[in-house]
Amino acid sequence: MPFVPHTEDEVREMLATIGVDSVEDLFAEITPDMRPKSFDLPEGLSEMEVLSKLEGLAAKNAINSVSFLGAGFYDHYIPAAVDALTMRGEFYTAYTPYQPEASQGTLQAIFEYQTAVTRLLGMECANASVYDGGTALYEALMMAVRKTKRRKIVVSEALNPIYRVMLGSYTSNLDVEFVTVPHKDGMTDIEGLKAALDDSIAAVLVQNPNFFGSINDFTELFAAAKAVKAVSVVSAYPVLQALLKTPGAMGADVAVAEGQSLGLPLSFGGPYLGIMTCTKPMVRQMPGRIVGRTTDTEGRTGYVLTLQAREQHIRRQKATSNICSNQSLCALRALVHLCALGELGLKRAARVSVERAHICAEKLTAVPGVSLLTKGAFGNEFAVTLPVNAFEVIAKLTERGYVPGFPLGRYFEGLENGLLVACTEKTSEEQIGIFAEMLRGALK
Amino acid sequence: MKTIFQKSVAGREGCWPCEGIAEEAYIPKELLRDGEVGLPSASELDVVRHFTRLSQRNYGVDGNFYPLGSCTMKYNPKFTEVVAAMPGFTRLHPVLPQLRGAGGLCQGALEVMYETEALLSEITGMAAFTLHPMAGAHGELTGTMLMAAYHKDRGNKKTKVIVPDSAHGTNPASAAIAGFDVVSVESKDGIVDPAALAEVLDDEVAGMMMTCPNTLGLFEKNLPEIVRMLRKVDALLYYDGANLNAIMGKMRVGDVGFDIVHLNLHKTFATPHGGGGPGSGPVGVSEKVAPFLPISRVAKREDGRYFLDYDQPKSIGYVAPFYGNFGVYLKAYAYILRLGGKGLTRATENAVLAANYMRKRLCDHFEVPYNRICMHEFVASASEQAKKGVHALDFAKGLLDKGYHAPTVYFPLIVPEAIMIEPTETENKETLDQFCDDLIELAGLVDTHPEILTSAPVTLPVTRLDETKAARAMELTDDL
Repeated sequence: MPFVPHTEDEVREMLATIGVDSVEDLFAEITPDMRPKSFDLPEGLSEMEVLSKLEGLAAKNAINSVSFLGAGFYDHYIPAAVDALTMRGEFYTAYTPYQPEASQGTLQAIFEYQTAVTRLLGMECANASVYDGGTALYEALMMAVRKTKRRKIVVSEALNPIYRVMLGSYTSNLDVEFVTVPHKDGMTDIEGLKAALDDSIAAVLVQNPNFFGSINDFTELFAAAKAVKAVSVVSAYPVLQALLKTPGAMGADVAVAEGQSLGLPLSFGGPYLGIMTCTKPMVRQMPGRIVGRTTDTEGRTGYVLTLQAREQHIRRQKATSNICSNQSLCALRALVHLCALGELGLKRAARVSVERAHICAEKLTAVPGVSLLTKGAFGNEFAVTLPVNAFEVIAKLTERGYVPGFPLGRYFEGLENGLLVACTEKTSEEQIGIFAEMLRGALK
Repeated sequence: MKTIFQKSVAGREGCWPCEGIAEEAYIPKELLRDGEVGLPSASELDVVRHFTRLSQRNYGVDGNFYPLGSCTMKYNPKFTEVVAAMPGFTRLHPVLPQLRGAGGLCQGALEVMYETEALLSEITGMAAFTLHPMAGAHGELTGTMLMAAYHKDRGNKKTKVIVPDSAHGTNPASAAIAGFDVVSVESKDGIVDPAALAEVLDDEVAGMMMTCPNTLGLFEKNLPEIVRMLRKVDALLYYDGANLNAIMGKMRVGDVGFDIVHLNLHKTFATPHGGGGPGSGPVGVSEKVAPFLPISRVAKREDGRYFLDYDQPKSIGYVAPFYGNFGVYLKAYAYILRLGGKGLTRATENAVLAANYMRKRLCDHFEVPYNRICMHEFVASASEQAKKGVHALDFAKGLLDKGYHAPTVYFPLIVPEAIMIEPTETENKETLDQFCDDLIELAGLVDTHPEILTSAPVTLPVTRLDETKAARAMELTDDL
């Protein structure tokens, strides 16, 4: 039987030490009325059989399609060093670093991760990550509610709709109210958001680039939020942050991001990485694990989990959050990814992705009936308006091995003809050309 | 050891992902950032050496016995990594099945989800499962949200959740974050006392969160009575499945009467925890709670094809952007297939055997406050030694010097100087014996050389670290 080392002789010796006759005696407190009514599970398989079965299942997924899907989750290139280093058993098979002296590897890596993401977002403090970009956003709004003791949240409709539905679910039993400011033809309505601000507002939530790919400067909005003592929260796209004005420079109090695009495979939705950063005055409101630098008894530098008085193992029901894990391995992947690419490599990945998207937008809008929906500046993602329902085009192109993008009609009434298209540095100009030709054919 | 930022040399090139360098003309200047990001500039070998060195300053199950109570640090088999790394899974974009009819592009992944839910349902005796929660505590939050939705739907006015003092610390936090008032109930002889429960039980109780075996490693033998009591006030019973490794094949929580359960797949089903995450915390429910499960649900058509069902009018909504930590439960799925029902039962039997063996070997040297048959873990106490100035923490640090990760200490809070040991089924007898010998040897030092314990560890890259200073100085990034 796999993974249990004990021989029959050893089991007998252990039972004798314990002073019972059989293993079943150890379960005597589970009386007959509590025993399973069934436990109808398959027979175990050999390692070879399991791998063969899973290979068969993997083959039923169409991964060889050329994909222009993004919607907040991007297929960027991951350097081989990321897998090689993060798969090391010392990192991989460790637990939460409760014993700092035996966990300096994990702890220093988290400290370096905190440094990397705060620099990327222009913020002061970071935690060791939460589950994903959506829960990070929810935790950010709870930080604002605690900090301001207010309950109204102003949200831009141009925020990723997947996150907006998550926020609604999480707060359904809480005394929190959302004021949603509609998007304006795919643009974040900054004036509308400003108009919604008053001294009853806990936080304003925006995204940069927004869901439609449009890039903004929220400096004025965040200043207006500050004037009414509301907390400014922005959800960013970390790869583009190599180029874009930072949340910190705009005056955000909390900046979050989905970290998937920093070295994590798409992997059908997870595990991902919720990057969470804030200014110093907000740090005690921030949930999750935080690592601090300190010294040992001999004065040497070392790292520990810190500010634990906020956490559930000490505060129980009064904790800032119930999160007791962190996405440490995902954070490690993001850190190694950022280090492997380095300052220049990340900028290059971002620039090439942006360039490909602009080439793609130009080629697609040259197709009769197709126009650009995204207004203003955009990065590596943009939306187009098609002369037909986007689902029709998606159905036709996926049949031919091209996944043309995300249908905006899934979340936005009135935008049934809208298609959200993403490129990364992995998208080739040749693929873009074929995509445009296929679209031309599909619309004839 | 220097940080990677301190090792950075401006201009040094790393691994560039692609050739060609685009101009920035596409984005107006006023939207661009000022100056450098401040990421390290290092060669690929610099980076490889740095992180290899860091890894060498870490304890993991692959290198060290990790008897961390309540965390179930069993061996993580390597073949599951091969599965999780298959491009057929890693390259799947999560919105692919949401394109109309395009569930056809990911039938394999949907089948994994469908089958995993079915297997977890059979293991626990629940009617249905969701794989969406991304960690155990996230499962707890989902579970308490389900409680709230169930009562709201029935028009019940319920404001309270009961959490025994022997439960996991996340339980009260999760209930509070879902919007409930938390009521504690004291244990008697290490388990929940029905009489004490009766005192706090009323119509306002939405549910009770049980950890069984509890954090003392003890089986809650009053369960049937507790279930009857809660039923009378239409309260739901929640099972914290972090300790499922103790009962697989021996008890199914659904059969006993639990309505909601979360499982920590990284514990019982051996997916590696990576220094704190990612985990995966699927939630199982009884028939009456099933309509409230998160969106989407994976379902099977009559023709055998799988699809995602978003039409769930009573659902609590979205707790995750997609379908949970697919890459993690994929490993758990492979693990369950490998072991089968008999293998899972045998894992439980040997985990419990190992814990009782160690308890018996150590109980003459440490106080064991509830020294009777335990389940997968037990709690010893260093309270006798503490009278002589050597505390649970000192034993933890002493064990680090011996090459072990320390057991959980000072938890559960109801045992003073607690040392909580969980060996799991995958450690061989030599390891268990050597650990006991070493811990007994450390106990012997209390009278002769206590300073060896109080000054430990001395063999690791750092000695004891100043946590007070860390909290006060708040040096959280490398920006001095």
